[in-house]
Amino acid sequence: MKESSAHNILVIEPGVAARHYWRDLWRYRELFYVLAWRDIAVRYKQTIIGLTWAVLRPFLTMVVFTVVFGRIAKLPTEGAAPYALMVFAGLLPWQFFSTALSESSNSLIGNANLISKVYFPRLIVPTAAVVVSFVDFLISFLILVVLMLWYRFLPGWQILTLPLFVLMAFLASLGPGLWITSLNVKYRDFRYVIPFIVQLGLYVSPVGFSSTVVPEQWRLLYSMNPVVGVIDGFRWAILGGETAIYWPGFALSWGMIAFFLWLGIRQFRRMERSFADLI
Amino acid sequence: MPDVAIAVEGLSKSYIVGHQSTGAGQYTALRDVIARNARSFVRKTRDMMRGNAIVQGDEMEEFWALKDVSFKVRAGDRVGIIGRNGAGKSTLLKILSRITEPTKGRVEIAGRVASLLEVGTGFHSELNGRENIYLNGAILGMAKGEIRRKFDEIVAFAEVEKFLDTPVKRYSSGMYVRLAFAVAAHLEPDILIVDEVLAVGDAQFQKKCMGKIQDVGKEGRTVLFVSHNMAMISSLCETTIYLQNGGVREYGPTSRVILKYAAASQNSASEAPDCDSRRIVGDSYARLLAGGICDLNGAPLIEVEIGDMFKIFMEYRISVDADRRFIPNFHFHRADGSCAFVVSAPNVGVLKPGDYRSECHVPGNFLNDGLYSVKLALSSFESGVDVHFSQDGAVLFNIRDPIDGVATRVGYNGPIPGAIRPLLPWTINPLHGDNLP
Repeated sequence: MKESSAHNILVIEPGVAARHYWRDLWRYRELFYVLAWRDIAVRYKQTIIGLTWAVLRPFLTMVVFTVVFGRIAKLPTEGAAPYALMVFAGLLPWQFFSTALSESSNSLIGNANLISKVYFPRLIVPTAAVVVSFVDFLISFLILVVLMLWYRFLPGWQILTLPLFVLMAFLASLGPGLWITSLNVKYRDFRYVIPFIVQLGLYVSPVGFSSTVVPEQWRLLYSMNPVVGVIDGFRWAILGGETAIYWPGFALSWGMIAFFLWLGIRQFRRMERSFADLI
Repeated sequence: MPDVAIAVEGLSKSYIVGHQSTGAGQYTALRDVIARNARSFVRKTRDMMRGNAIVQGDEMEEFWALKDVSFKVRAGDRVGIIGRNGAGKSTLLKILSRITEPTKGRVEIAGRVASLLEVGTGFHSELNGRENIYLNGAILGMAKGEIRRKFDEIVAFAEVEKFLDTPVKRYSSGMYVRLAFAVAAHLEPDILIVDEVLAVGDAQFQKKCMGKIQDVGKEGRTVLFVSHNMAMISSLCETTIYLQNGGVREYGPTSRVILKYAAASQNSASEAPDCDSRRIVGDSYARLLAGGICDLNGAPLIEVEIGDMFKIFMEYRISVDADRRFIPNFHFHRADGSCAFVVSAPNVGVLKPGDYRSECHVPGNFLNDGLYSVKLALSSFESGVDVHFSQDGAVLFNIRDPIDGVATRVGYNGPIPGAIRPLLPWTINPLHGDNLP
């Protein structure tokens, strides 16, 4: 499936990968915006409190974690930062990662009617799903601002690096998301794996506690979980000087993210042409 | 080759289909069931390790939905595609629209393609009419500016002005279809691919859609149109492709191809072009067995010369001794779908159970030239109006006009409009006596 620019002739042949796949993707960017907008528009339709859900869920989780890990288990916070703030700085990327991962993993199946009836670069679907989760993230970010005002906590210059870590969270969820969503088209088993991963991940990742409680000799192994790097980065950016990034682990997290991204895109592109037959 | 819009060469597509091995319904012992499920699990796991798709059932077979299909469509042509269900029509359209990949072969397409394989693809029931126009437009490949420019036109075409801010889940099915088609109709592709989407909606709206598709053709765009409705195909398309079992059986002028198709299903009304499955047509009183046209000696025909007399017949079975007068009636339709006339058999007595054949003689120099599609029906009026069966398009035939020596032509060689073209008795007399020599 390629287009020669000379006569604008489209050739369809088996096994021929699109030569201008990435250009096609750019050409269909409008569909990308529209799909993301659709999912945002319908997300809280016919609910009573609407957008408040996006605020309520992370807020209540933060309260529970602060009480359980901070008050009852008496785990240490990072530096002098209030425990609630430390939890929330970890919860923010975790919520983004987990919703983005589950939304993108189910995105192809959820848009089966589109995939079997219209052509467009399929990569748009899971990517748009990740963007939708980003809107929830922005709303939760407002809670963080309120929390900071409440605790009279002034972030340092590090806060300016936050977009970098948002991008990191975005890529961390997109890689496995692409991989699972394409496998999900063929083997529906993966649909049941995702809620499990998300539930487990909440405890495996340093969301309710600081990653400094992990013994030094296990720190590198612990960072195999790409979310560890993302959360550490968020805490460093938000809590400023109160925390230090564990650099070898951080680099390993990036390595894992890159690996999953490569794996996901490769799997997706390989299976893409047969999606309509399998879905 | 700038004037070829679509060139298809040796196109094939195969699917792997699974069956339950024969006698699967007879498993009763738990041991057998467990053994079978275990085998199936092992096979599925092995498939997954190799990256194959999971196929249900325990016997696999390769099925060729399309086999070595080749044809060319010139730019600006309106081409119909006909064939029974499973002939490969939808698979062909899906490959041409890049939704699925062929197994073998090659397609070259010159120009922007828009395909309409379903009405309202991607409509979201929670969104309102306005939002869905933008959503659907983007899915069909329209740019935002383009949709905004045509927005009013789309709304006017769909006749939904009052409901623009209502979620489409509250729409009637008619409104839904109108809105969906309106968006698609305002695409401006070089090549438009349409699958049986006009089967929905009321007759008036269908007419409007047909008109719109005709306009698209007149603007010099190429149209590929799949339908089971022969009347639509023949009024819309100059040439037609007849697919059978995944291959091209016939490709040529529409009327010739439709007749070939009709001939293939002649004399077996339950296999008439409109209904693809071999289903029983009729109710508990009576059912249709066969129908067709023949010459005066009973030899089957699919084409008649305009001056010749012929017979149209229907065979049916009466199953109940109901003391009813079962009245056969034939509805003659023109290619554009309009009804030319209806004839019913007069003087029918009470019919006992058994098989019957009704024949109706159609005189020469009565029908106009062109394609006719006949609905075969059987009714009785003992308790109100009972229609025992009514089969649209059960008989298709062509009236051929050789032009030379045709009595009704009187020297004119151009097309003659009208549903019928009868030869009626005329008199021509001078008004005043002084014209006399």
